[in-house]
Amino acid sequence: MSCKKELKTVTPDVKWKDITEGGVIPYAGNAELFKTGDWRSMKPIWLQEKCKQCLLCYPVCPDTSILINEEGKRIDFDFDHCKGCGVCVKVCPFKAIDFVEESK
Amino acid sequence: MAIRERMSGNEAMAVAMKQINPDVVAAFPITPSTEVPQYFSNFVADGVVDTEFVAVESEHSAMSACVGAQAAGGRAMTATSANGLALMWEILYIAACSRLPIVMACVNRTLSGPLNIHNDHSDSMGARDSGWVQLYSENNQEAYDNMLMANRIGEHPDVMLPVMVCQDGFITSHAIENIELVEDDKVKAFVGEYNPKDYLLNKANPISVGPLDLQAHCFEHKRQQAEAMKNAKKVILEVSEEFAKMTGRKYGLFEEYKTEDAEVAVVILNSTAGTAKYVIDQYRAEGKKIGLIKPRVFRPFPVDELTAALSKFKAVAVMDKADSFNDAGGPLFTEVTSAMFAKGVFGPKVINYIYGLGGRDVRSTDIEVVFNELLKIAETGTVESVYNYLGVRE
Repeated sequence: MSCKKELKTVTPDVKWKDITEGGVIPYAGNAELFKTGDWRSMKPIWLQEKCKQCLLCYPVCPDTSILINEEGKRIDFDFDHCKGCGVCVKVCPFKAIDFVEESK
Repeated sequence: MAIRERMSGNEAMAVAMKQINPDVVAAFPITPSTEVPQYFSNFVADGVVDTEFVAVESEHSAMSACVGAQAAGGRAMTATSANGLALMWEILYIAACSRLPIVMACVNRTLSGPLNIHNDHSDSMGARDSGWVQLYSENNQEAYDNMLMANRIGEHPDVMLPVMVCQDGFITSHAIENIELVEDDKVKAFVGEYNPKDYLLNKANPISVGPLDLQAHCFEHKRQQAEAMKNAKKVILEVSEEFAKMTGRKYGLFEEYKTEDAEVAVVILNSTAGTAKYVIDQYRAEGKKIGLIKPRVFRPFPVDELTAALSKFKAVAVMDKADSFNDAGGPLFTEVTSAMFAKGVFGPKVINYIYGLGGRDVRSTDIEVVFNELLKIAETGTVESVYNYLGVRE
């Protein structure tokens, strides 16, 4: 990803002369690189055999953690960013998403 | 040919803003700066500027709107005084740390309380560590000239900091004096376009402004901001030199008035410098060798230049139109003396006067008291009192 290369400018050891002015983040789409899924306590499990691909889960995700493939079908969760809120679990009419305790 | 006019300090600042023709002006009325946005809104209504005038509900919103507009890629300006400046407080720091070169007309008024609408410097002095460049002006001409130079200083790639142009509320903001204006086309050419490297409305290169900045990087950003303020000194001198070529009016970091052979001097900001010049002329006629140093640039503080200039005097009085309530001295005094100490300038005896608080009139006879004391100190070498009050009933 192109912004990964640019992100070198804000590595933990960047010096003050090299850091962006005023803390500006001078590129878009980099929230993906900030992993926010590690404080999840509950975890959704996608049950592929029960899933009818109705995609009711997709728009309710407060993040963008339900990944859609090129054919427009949902695939597994993006656990780097899923916080385990369980909204997708509630909305699924086919009980195709299990909700279990996160185990380390 | 320059345009001979007569106008108040407020109108002069508003006319400068008209000639600059910024993208956004967001302001809330407060005495004594109210006239600045008032005149300016007339220019907007008359269609002589292209500016979006935002009539906000508070000064906090005024500065916030300026931050948004400037971050979006526009040129934003505002005007305020006293409690209006205080209400902007948290956003002043955000403007500076986000490196947004907003320009503000700050018409100095005492910060309540007690409630008072008249002039002293407690408003802008309180904001002295907010990261804004601060320029001070003795009269309407200097207020106008500083406004014309402010954008060029703040927007310089080595600076990128907001600039506050200060003048004394009522004393110069409402006094109508002669002034020499620069022609519109010359101002336009001098000020130029604002072309920031990054800005929010740049579709080709989207950015985020003002993100969370914790232990890992915040300090580096502050250090970078400090460097920008350091760079501002050089840029101020360059811009002033270019301005002098256009107008013939020369500005430095501070003005020296009859200091060449002076034994004693006062250091004064803004309009009282004019009163001091009058007293100096009177005393000079009697053969007394006295002079004045009038700082124009308070932020950045010209440590090297100011201490070098002060080193030649036997006695110096630093005049503060704001008290720090610290039992040590006003803000200008403590900065001047700490600069002298740091630079090893121990020759002059330095005293402090707090004067003119809450708009207390400062007469030539008050300034005479100061010079008389300085001449006595120069003669005897003895300082009786360092931290003094001038013009208060004892």
